[in-house]
Amino acid sequence: MKTELSVSAIKNGTVIDHIAAGQVQRVLAILNLSKYEEQIYFGANLESKKYGKKGIIKVSNKFFAPEDINKIALVSPTATQIEIRDYNVTKKEQVEIPNEIDGFVKCINPNCITNHEQVPTHFDVVDKKEIVLKCRYCEKNTGKGNIEFI
Amino acid sequence: MKGKSLISINDYSKAEMLRILDIAEGFEKNPRQPILSDKIVSTLFFEPSTRTRLSFESAANHLGARVIGFTDAATSSAKKGESLKDTILTVACYSDIIVMRHPLAGSARWASEVSPVPIINAGDGANQHPTQCLLDMYSIRKTQGKLDKLNIAFVGDLKYGRTVHSLTIAMCNFDTTFHLISPDELKLPSYVKQHIKDNNLQYHQYRTIEEAIDQVDVLYMTRVQRERFADPMEYENVKNSYILTKENLKNCKDNLKVLHPLPRVNEISENVDDMSQAYYFQQAQNGVYVRQALLSTILGVTK
Ligand SMILES: [Zn+2]
Repeated sequence: MKTELSVSAIKNGTVIDHIAAGQVQRVLAILNLSKYEEQIYFGANLESKKYGKKGIIKVSNKFFAPEDINKIALVSPTATQIEIRDYNVTKKEQVEIPNEIDGFVKCINPNCITNHEQVPTHFDVVDKKEIVLKCRYCEKNTGKGNIEFI
Repeated sequence: MKGKSLISINDYSKAEMLRILDIAEGFEKNPRQPILSDKIVSTLFFEPSTRTRLSFESAANHLGARVIGFTDAATSSAKKGESLKDTILTVACYSDIIVMRHPLAGSARWASEVSPVPIINAGDGANQHPTQCLLDMYSIRKTQGKLDKLNIAFVGDLKYGRTVHSLTIAMCNFDTTFHLISPDELKLPSYVKQHIKDNNLQYHQYRTIEEAIDQVDVLYMTRVQRERFADPMEYENVKNSYILTKENLKNCKDNLKVLHPLPRVNEISENVDDMSQAYYFQQAQNGVYVRQALLSTILGVTK
């Protein structure tokens, strides 16, 4: 009930709940919200029954395309996207690892062209469970433990 | 395939690979066909590879095309800090197709994304060298009369050799049994072995050529380099096991052929060269026919 109340605090927009501990700033960056001009509320280290500590972000008057919101699954697979329209929850979905990752992950291969010239990175997600990303350029895999952000 | 860049062997389906081999066969029968006399081929070698460049230029010349380009980055604009994108966009104004070799992995894919003309990858760092792979397949088919149900042995550095990785993956399209002969330090990477398994094919691993020689149809040699070993003593201990000699071929099958991507240093004794099994120089010759097939097909001028 408590969550319901805080969720209802924005009239229209998106709530991203159950963000993994310590990943709120990263999620804001991945979603390009640092320059967003309308209201954003966020909280970190909140108690969560399911996951221990969690983070939450509420963005007014903003709705995300699935390919954008799903990018955050890379850092927080537990996150839930809740859409609010006129104080009502109109959609509630757990994020899902997308099939492709564009632009914000670094390729692990030091000899990859993306690490030498101004080439935006592009990965195909070849294993969603283990999180393995295959670089479109050098064809090398970047694994869960090696993911670095640009 | 017309107008389509060739960047990775994984870009071609099995049918497309076979089509290139068939077209190459036509060029072997009749190599001088000036069907590209109105075309200009650029060869951009950001790192030197004389053999590959000459093979492409020979192929282009056999087809009557003009060739322009540079042979190493020291004399090119890349040295002056020009981006690869700018080099490609400029050279594309001067030519109908670009053949490029570059020390960075993924450079060819990037070039193909920005280029208005097709790109043929002649080697991008440790990543891909698809024309080598196709000429290897051509050589296998020509010497064995088929690509299916063969026993192929790879010898030497199976860890770092991109040629071995690409050819293994390409031959997984056929019913191949792989024999992997290498020192422990230089075994085939697990992702390539997994690819073999995913195709329900078999591989066997050995430390010496003798253990496998009587079973194989194709013996594909690669060089074991000293600098790949953390412990120099280990290199001294194993180096002679991966040098092919006349004696190694005593118990081989009648149809066995020895392949090597060249250049050779000492991994095949020169006394093997005169044996009927030695095929590496014809293999290099086949490279010209395969590159003729690629240039003409991609430029859309195949009879
Ligand atoms: Zn890469």
